[in-house]
Amino acid sequence: MLVKEALDKYGKTPDKLIGAMLAYQKSTLCNYLTEEDIKEFAKETKIPESRIYSIASFYSLLSMKERGKYIVMVCYDVPCYINGSVNVVNELEKILEIKMGQTTTDKLFTIEYSSCLGCCDKAPALQIGATLYGNLTPEKISSILSTYRGKKDE
Amino acid sequence: MSNIEITKNILTARFDAINPDSIDEYISHNGYSALKKSLLKTGEEIINDIKTSNLRGRGGAAFPTGIKMEAVLKAYGSPKYIICNADEGEPGNFKDRYLMEKDPHQIIEGIIICAYATDIKHGYIFIRGEYINAINIMRKALEQARVKGYLGDNILDSGYSFDIEIYTGAGSYVCGEEFALLVTIEGKPGRSTYKPPFPTTSGLYNKPTQINNVETFCNIPHIINMGGEEFSKIGTSSSTGTKLISLSGNIISPGLYEVELGTSIRDIINKLGNGIPNNRKIKMVQIGGASGPIIPENMLDIKLDTKEMKKLDLCFGSGAIIVMDDRIDVLDILKRITEFFHHESCGKCTPCREGLTQMLILLDRFTDGIATTNDLALLEILMETMNQASICGLGQAAPIATQKVLEYFREEFTNKICSTDS
Ligand SMILES: Cc1cc2nc3c(=O)[nH]c(=O)nc-3n(C[C@H](O)[C@H](O)[C@H](O)COP(=O)(O)O)c2cc1C
Ligand code: SF4
Ligand code: FES
Repeated sequence: MLVKEALDKYGKTPDKLIGAMLAYQKSTLCNYLTEEDIKEFAKETKIPESRIYSIASFYSLLSMKERGKYIVMVCYDVPCYINGSVNVVNELEKILEIKMGQTTTDKLFTIEYSSCLGCCDKAPALQIGATLYGNLTPEKISSILSTYRGKKDE
Repeated sequence: MSNIEITKNILTARFDAINPDSIDEYISHNGYSALKKSLLKTGEEIINDIKTSNLRGRGGAAFPTGIKMEAVLKAYGSPKYIICNADEGEPGNFKDRYLMEKDPHQIIEGIIICAYATDIKHGYIFIRGEYINAINIMRKALEQARVKGYLGDNILDSGYSFDIEIYTGAGSYVCGEEFALLVTIEGKPGRSTYKPPFPTTSGLYNKPTQINNVETFCNIPHIINMGGEEFSKIGTSSSTGTKLISLSGNIISPGLYEVELGTSIRDIINKLGNGIPNNRKIKMVQIGGASGPIIPENMLDIKLDTKEMKKLDLCFGSGAIIVMDDRIDVLDILKRITEFFHHESCGKCTPCREGLTQMLILLDRFTDGIATTNDLALLEILMETMNQASICGLGQAAPIATQKVLEYFREEFTNKICSTDS
């Protein structure tokens, strides 16, 4: 998708901007917005570049850092925290051989901390794309990751 | 089941009984009947009914909904807007996600009735960006409602026209705060502003705007169907109706429960949550979410009642109950909560932005074993400043958990003081 296509689909007015930025980011392979993208959004919408930049840096679902195809969002708020989200992070770091915030070398996964995912009744929880995974155990985590690895060649 | 006597299923009555993707199933379970009744009434009549019901907002601040609607109705300016706040980001809460995923039309019906009563033509449902399933379900439900003529031009031949748009957030807790939410829809970073004026007079694009929580809107069709008078008999005199409780933490049966207001926290934990696992004891409970108070085990008999809780300077907020057992380190939890607010602060005002940074530094001094009596005094003054001087509810409420711990578990701090300097 091009920046222009996202804006054509969502609209060019300020109230449609964040939606268009999210949709465009999702269509990029590495889940982030480059400086050129920001300039392009500014040019197409006639909204100042500084404002586009401030939006991209303010919201946690938008990123200006290259990321993986799948963002593993690990909840770290109190209900998950007291149910072992520390273990979830350790397990992910071990299996993926990266640290929190980093991306695997095959550009498939990025692990990030997340605020409460609204799944505290199944703590600890994580989310990838639209899917929530709760009551996590080490076995469950490794099987979740392998399903996404399997999708690699889709 | 043993919990039957304390659950009261009104908002959750259709959960799992209907397919949320089917408007016909909603209709066959009495759905949209309240809208049909409402279209035969005047706006004033509907608002009076809601005032009689004594319904208070379920988004945290417990503001009377009827009074808010009346203010919007009387406010000058057009167009007016109505917004359903589905940004649910308060840690420990998941009720709005369930309401959207399991009975989306109940919310839509509530919004349409309110919009009709205040003569509003355009509405938004602001859903947090992480809730992708809920967003898809709500989109589909809106489309179905349009096809059936409950939304759009000339709704059910009443001459009244109204439609709802979905706005999705992009990951920011503070955007649930009403002014931050409004500027987000206007396409800016979500930073709050001073009040007054309130959104009821100057909201979206500076026009009068009604903003309510998902659960608040869900109550509206029931109020219309049973009448405000009947509704007001549920619960207590100061807190009418039911409340959805998001129960989590160290608890055997975590989950979403609907209880009559006036139920005690202990009953919820023991009868619905089935108590604490591994034969541990409860150390403390956080009520409402990260911005809510932390109370000790011996206060759990307190009832979900605005007036009773207010006497102790407590509130039940949006209804999260987070149970923590006696293994939990209080200061570790306070640091986690403070880090959350530090991350989510929009950075606009100094008491919140700098206050949270300083709070973390001070809390570290206690856990590192280098705190002095001065540090404790400084922490208390700092938190008081944040309560008083922060622009929005985020900074004002961020210290509450720590302040309540200092009130009820002071020794957790004083035990860690290593010297009494001057
Ligand atoms: C930092 C902050 C976050 C908030 N988040 C939400 C939220 O996610 N959902 C919500 O309904 N209200 C939230 N509120 C409360 C809203 O500002 C507002 O009071 C509420 O939506 C009004 O609806 P009600 O009267 O139906 O409760 C938040 C408030 C603050 C200060
Ligand atoms: S209190 Fe915090 S979140 Fe609210 S306006 Fe000030 S800095 Fe922003
Ligand atoms: S705290 Fe983890 S999902 Fe709510």
